[in-house]
Amino acid sequence: MIEFKDVSKTFDAKVGTVHAVKDVNLVIPDGKIYGIVGYSGAGKSTIIRMLNGLESPTTGSVTVNGSEISALKGKELRDQRLKIGMIFQHFNLLWSRTVLENIEFPLEIAKVPKAQRKEKAMKLVELVGLSGRENAYPSELSGGQKQRVGIARALSNDPEILLSDEATSALDPQTTDEVLDLLLDINKQLNLTVVVITHEMHVIRKICDHVAVLDSGEIVEQGPVLDVFKNPQQTITKRFVNQETDSGSAGDTNTAVEELLKKYPQGKIVKLTFHGEQASLPIVSETLRQFDDVDLNIIEGNIHQTQDGALGSLYIQLLSDNQQSIDGTLSYLQTLRVETEVIERG
Amino acid sequence: MVDTGIGSYFKFSNVDWPSMGIATWETVWMTVVSIIVVAILGFLLGLLLFETTNSDAFLIKALNWIVSAFVNIFRSIPFIILIVLLLPATQIIMGTIIGAKAALPSLIISAAPFYARLVEIAFHEIDHGVLEASEAMGATKAQIIFKVLLPESLPALVSGITVTAISLIGYTAMAGAIGAGGLGNTAYLDGFQANNNAVTLTATVIIVIIVFAFQLIGDFAVKRIDKR
Repeated sequence: MIEFKDVSKTFDAKVGTVHAVKDVNLVIPDGKIYGIVGYSGAGKSTIIRMLNGLESPTTGSVTVNGSEISALKGKELRDQRLKIGMIFQHFNLLWSRTVLENIEFPLEIAKVPKAQRKEKAMKLVELVGLSGRENAYPSELSGGQKQRVGIARALSNDPEILLSDEATSALDPQTTDEVLDLLLDINKQLNLTVVVITHEMHVIRKICDHVAVLDSGEIVEQGPVLDVFKNPQQTITKRFVNQETDSGSAGDTNTAVEELLKKYPQGKIVKLTFHGEQASLPIVSETLRQFDDVDLNIIEGNIHQTQDGALGSLYIQLLSDNQQSIDGTLSYLQTLRVETEVIERG
Repeated sequence: MVDTGIGSYFKFSNVDWPSMGIATWETVWMTVVSIIVVAILGFLLGLLLFETTNSDAFLIKALNWIVSAFVNIFRSIPFIILIVLLLPATQIIMGTIIGAKAALPSLIISAAPFYARLVEIAFHEIDHGVLEASEAMGATKAQIIFKVLLPESLPALVSGITVTAISLIGYTAMAGAIGAGGLGNTAYLDGFQANNNAVTLTATVIIVIIVFAFQLIGDFAVKRIDKR
């Protein structure tokens, strides 16, 4: 378990004191993938670096599996670092070493005998899917392959925790998904606690169980990923969630809604939000079968997978000469436990 | 009758080949011995400079300032003056002020600070992220130096030593002119002062060949090491 208790960090800069991190309290349970999302400069890097003592808090304490990292020094701190793997945005591999030698590097630091090092590194090469490339140099690898080496290297000392510092931010979307799948796979296979920092909500949605939203050094919102996606509280969280769910077409939906309102003044525009199993049920056709005097017009819809299940939203227009049927449809949708929101004409 | 025309440069019958051979050996010996010491001393000084930059601690800042000042001063003194300046020290350290051995202290003291700067620059060129990653893995300072700094900067360290070696060859010739022996001594005493231009030309050609040899070996080594 990882615990941040009243952690603050200040830097003395020319412009005065800068609060990089403000009163952060955070508990990260074992075996989970915990995401911290925020824009650049929000203090994500400072927070993740406190977990292996690359940064130390000005006040407060950081505890990892019972030992207070923020109080360790010298050999004790180095021994603790052996148990914490870290992967980086720019991979940070040694160009002078082959794939195998890079993966052996942390084992050399831990003074593991040569034969054992090689055996362990070969297993990891296989785990990350780089068999056959073990004697290549980093310069001969693609970005995704480099990050795989980074992951294998981070795992070589059997860490209790894996820290991911914007590990997919330098990769293209396809490679990002491959690397994320690998991280998820490793989390499940090794029951490893993973702390991910990122500015991409996509990463959070795809692999994280929990998320904390960081704004100017403060955690403004945290909770299970699905809850945060379903019901974002803060403006910044809404912005992050929209970045992922609306796929940039929020403006288009509004225009379409206005047009429809004009075209069918008698209709009702409704936004349906599905989550979990409902996302895979034939809700629309069932509703139509129940109320045969209601016409249904689909304006826009989308669906996204998260670690806790699917999350979708659908904009529809209900048309009927019979007002009662419309009200009936709405209450029928409620019984299916679909969140309905009637969009009023403005 | 002294011949000073262009033709005099090609009267190779005037060249005393056995003594030219000895002079060549002296030049190579001076260069190689001093380059070995310069490599070690320069590496240590460069490492000291690198490790003491950007520190907030007062003592470390002071150390950086002292080493930096030492390096800058000895890099600025013209070599010919440095030799003369170091004569008393040379007498004490080497027991003589004549011959190839006597040239070593001044060769080393002039080249080591120069190489130290090149080493420092080479270390600064290593990606900071790689050093941070090593630290995050729990590496000790010694492990970072020998497993990261040294191998990751090796091409720059080797090309730096090549440049230093070539300027050292130039210095040995200067030292030779005032009694250190070697090809510089031959070119000056047996060539220029004895009006024997063929000797001067021969010494020059041999020095150029030595320089080219060092350059070729250095370039080849860098090509082999660099996997970027």
